[in-house]
Amino acid sequence: MPSSVMSTSKQGSGPQAPPAVSAIGLRKSYGDKTVLDGVDLHIPAGSVFALLGPNGAGKTTAVKILSTLISADGGQAQVAGHDITTSPDGVRAAIGVTGQFSAVDGLITGEENMLLMADLHHLSKREGRRTAAELLERFDLVDAAKKPASTYSGGMKRRLDIAMTLVGGPRIIFLDEPTTGLDPRSRHNMWQIIRELVTGGVTVFLTTQYLEEADQLADRIAVLNDGRIAAEGTAEQLKRMIPGGHVRLRFADPSAYRGAAAALPAATADDEALVLRIASDGSQRDLRSVLDRLDAADIEADELTVHTPDLDDVFFALTGGTDQPKETLR
Amino acid sequence: MSSLSLALRDSSTMLRRNLLHARRYPSLTLNLLLTPIIMLLLFVYVFGDVMSAGMGGAADRAAYIAYVVPGILMMTIGGTVVGTAVSVSNDMTEGIIARFRTMAIHRGSVLVGHVTGSVLQSVASVTLVGAVAVAIGFRATDATALEWLAAFGLMALVALALTWIAVGMGMVSPNAEAASNNALPLVILPLISSAFVPVDAMPGWFQPFARYQPFTPAIETLRGLLLGTEIGHNGWIAVAWCLALTVLGYFWSKSVFNRDPK
Repeated sequence: MPSSVMSTSKQGSGPQAPPAVSAIGLRKSYGDKTVLDGVDLHIPAGSVFALLGPNGAGKTTAVKILSTLISADGGQAQVAGHDITTSPDGVRAAIGVTGQFSAVDGLITGEENMLLMADLHHLSKREGRRTAAELLERFDLVDAAKKPASTYSGGMKRRLDIAMTLVGGPRIIFLDEPTTGLDPRSRHNMWQIIRELVTGGVTVFLTTQYLEEADQLADRIAVLNDGRIAAEGTAEQLKRMIPGGHVRLRFADPSAYRGAAAALPAATADDEALVLRIASDGSQRDLRSVLDRLDAADIEADELTVHTPDLDDVFFALTGGTDQPKETLR
Repeated sequence: MSSLSLALRDSSTMLRRNLLHARRYPSLTLNLLLTPIIMLLLFVYVFGDVMSAGMGGAADRAAYIAYVVPGILMMTIGGTVVGTAVSVSNDMTEGIIARFRTMAIHRGSVLVGHVTGSVLQSVASVTLVGAVAVAIGFRATDATALEWLAAFGLMALVALALTWIAVGMGMVSPNAEAASNNALPLVILPLISSAFVPVDAMPGWFQPFARYQPFTPAIETLRGLLLGTEIGHNGWIAVAWCLALTVLGYFWSKSVFNRDPK
């Protein structure tokens, strides 16, 4: 085995832990199509990092390069302290990868898949059986353990996939769109699984096209667009980059709508839908002033929603999604 | 763990995986076995009288059984490795191969597992087809134990060579159908070798090709070992073919496997 475990502790150089993943200027193109155009990453150990981007932004390519599946055309990267080009086996020994397309052997059973991983991680027979049984139990796959993996549902396959990834006890886990194609319940299960991974101290590198997912799970988010990092920060930091909070009032009765529009001259009106939007930071004081004005005019809205700027706003603003159905102030 | 023992351990894990596939889904293997058995029965019971008449002298159906069985055995290997090409091509499209590539395992173990599994399957298939041949009257009682051993060794060597070629064919094929088509020469070549008809009985312009293509020397050597016919240069030509194809197939497959996957 490569003696990779100790190499991250170079010297006692203070509290700064070495990053789990660092990359400078990663580039990759296929033919004349540039997929990654100089990507820099710095992911502290023990954190959850989400790479967020629309389809075709280069998320999967970034994961493939960092997990040593394919080589970059330029730039350099260290994963778990190992250079991806000069020491790929050092990287491989430290990581676990769950790709976008299920990486299970469909022809054999779930249990056999787990034992295959145990063998490839050179666990003893007994240890392998114990680890396999534990993970099957943890991922709620005991009942299906003796069935061929090809018969599993999408959610079960994904759970098996992650269970297989965990067999070797990886310190860094790459999850490429872990919830794409899952139903809502399976998605929430997957989120729970990812949260548990993090409490175990591993670093999670996750890609997603769902903003909610990044918001729910990630400590830091980078928005990847056209092969470049368009913005990076915590969810809060990203949201602060974009104004767009508002209160939305909907009316069923046109006369109530007209009355409200008169009482709230600052609102933008949508006469078709009988909807008013008032810029707001969503604070209690702000809301009360809106409600007070409606009360003064003796008007009751049929629906009131507070819209705080979410990552969708950030996302569309940063990725210049002109073809996206925007719901913003006009 | 040293790199050699790592290689052995990972390769044997991959071999177990492939044997598990073969055991769980035997239909592909059994289908491939059917072709040589049908050919054997067809050429012995349907064409047998005509074929033996063509051999001249006092040859009868029993003599033709003796003539055709070594060719049928080599053909069995050719058929089995078509299955290898198909299963390698199928396997390479599976996500699990991408997983293997991102694990700290011996890189060649995936291919070595396929090759070893396929050679074992070839030997098993040859044994089964051989048993059918014995059941319909094939006898090689004059062969010594050493000659039997050499015969099995030769067949294992042919299986190894053709398997590595088939692995390469499977790797460059985008899907199972393409793999099956690409591997077709491995089924056609025995038909235009000395398997069913002596090369001397073929048209003169065709004889050089039939004589020097890899199957003919292998079949002639096997015939010599089992039935005591003249081997001549065929022994070393067969071995040279096998070694060359093994080396070619090995480096081809390895370089394709080491390319970045799509």
